Amino acid sequence: MKHFAYTSQELFIFSVKTFAAIFRRPFYFTETKEQMYLIGIGSLYLVILTGIFAGQGFALAFSNELADFGAKDYLGRIMTIAIVRELGPVLAALMIAARVASGITAEIGAMKSSNQINALKSFGIDPIQKLAVPRLIALMVMVPVLTIFCDAIAIFGGYIIAVFLAHVSGTMYFAAVKERLIFGNLFIGIIKPIVFSFVIAFIACYKGFTAEGGTKGVGKATTESVVLASIVILVVNFFITKLASTYLKGYL
Amino acid sequence: MIEIKNISFAYGETPILKNVSFSVGSSESVVVMGPSGSGKSTILRLILGLECPQTGEILVDGKNICHLREKEKQEIRKNIGMVFQDGALFDSMSVWENVGFYLLEHSNLSIDEIGKRAVEMLGFVGLNAKEIMDKLPEQLSGGMQRRVAIGRSLLSTAPKAMLYDEPTTGLDPQSTENVLELISKLNRERQIATIVVTHQITDAIGFAKRFIVIIEGEIAFDGSLEELRDSKDLKVLQFLAPFRLSFNEVLKKEFFNYT
Repeated sequence: MKHFAYTSQELFIFSVKTFAAIFRRPFYFTETKEQMYLIGIGSLYLVILTGIFAGQGFALAFSNELADFGAKDYLGRIMTIAIVRELGPVLAALMIAARVASGITAEIGAMKSSNQINALKSFGIDPIQKLAVPRLIALMVMVPVLTIFCDAIAIFGGYIIAVFLAHVSGTMYFAAVKERLIFGNLFIGIIKPIVFSFVIAFIACYKGFTAEGGTKGVGKATTESVVLASIVILVVNFFITKLASTYLKGYL
Repeated sequence: MIEIKNISFAYGETPILKNVSFSVGSSESVVVMGPSGSGKSTILRLILGLECPQTGEILVDGKNICHLREKEKQEIRKNIGMVFQDGALFDSMSVWENVGFYLLEHSNLSIDEIGKRAVEMLGFVGLNAKEIMDKLPEQLSGGMQRRVAIGRSLLSTAPKAMLYDEPTTGLDPQSTENVLELISKLNRERQIATIVVTHQITDAIGFAKRFIVIIEGEIAFDGSLEELRDSKDLKVLQFLAPFRLSFNEVLKKEFFNYT
């Protein structure tokens, strides 16, 4: 319990420091661009695969249920609500956490264990500014972009199932999709990935900077980073959904 | 230049340094020796302000580094070159980017100019720049990596002090000699205060005029090579015992060099 409280406090302080560092000079544009490329392009195939199969699976399951009630035409509506508000942001964030958080923690952890972090400090460079901030900014930009891709692909996956297996007309499906692409759903769908990007960046960088015990320690920190980021994403997702259902009721 | 006053330091409950005091003047060269785990490397980390002692103070150019803000610490660190154990080169950067790292980060010089200076520095530390400048650190031998690390430290603002953490550990005899020669040359020609931390006593003997032996976190000896040889302190004798033969050989060599 004491350890949990201490770690939470340290993580919080680290997060505040990292966030504050966004607004301080120098800005590492080259590193930020490089991270955007690595995170964005590198995770794209993963997000596409996740989106298409999740969308298809979801559409398949629901088309059968809706058929029993003669409400197959509602498939597009259900898909939009489920994908844009919940599945898209969560699945994309979990995939990015698995791929990117592990990479960030391993890289920073390895730099720490080989004294490269201390070397940075000895050259008068703030490691948070140089290593954590570019990754945070890259995630803040790329997680929402990848989530939009994931949403679009998942809805398209639903379209394939709707047209070829559930025999819903494509026009009807997209009309239903369009009907539910309203402010409230889109707002939740974009706020969630932004919050998740903070979760992934803070946890992955913190675990990297605090990794101890050589190669074994870096491996342990990497695993912890992915597990913790995934759990926090799911917990935070619940609370955002709860808050949204309370305060955005009129917009959903 | 560097004053360490009555410092005690512990990692959690484990005491590392106990009431350690010594000072190093500008252009002075000091070797800090001791068995593994005796707290030698910790001293270098404390001098850089990477850690702060629980008691006592560390003054660099008269300023207590632990009382400074991070920004001010960064300014102090710019005057101290540090060569970490194993070099600590940035493994995702090429050799010339490593050597020119400080200038890439802190100057407005063009890439071409920084590249030129990096090449000059690589030449100064005895490396063939054309052959290695575009390689990654992992493609170099241990000795070459150590020399690149020294070059990287020197190409910052001309450092007033150089700290070396186990600069010859893991190197073959030829590379060891090259690195030690380079450290001596820098101390001699540039009048830079030098602290070398090592547990390889045979390398340290022929290098400096002043030796500090740290055993179990305490200073067991601080003096010249001759005083070290004649020390009657039991802990020092125990530490020196395995090296006694080579120790005498170096002393003999020194004697013949002077006569």
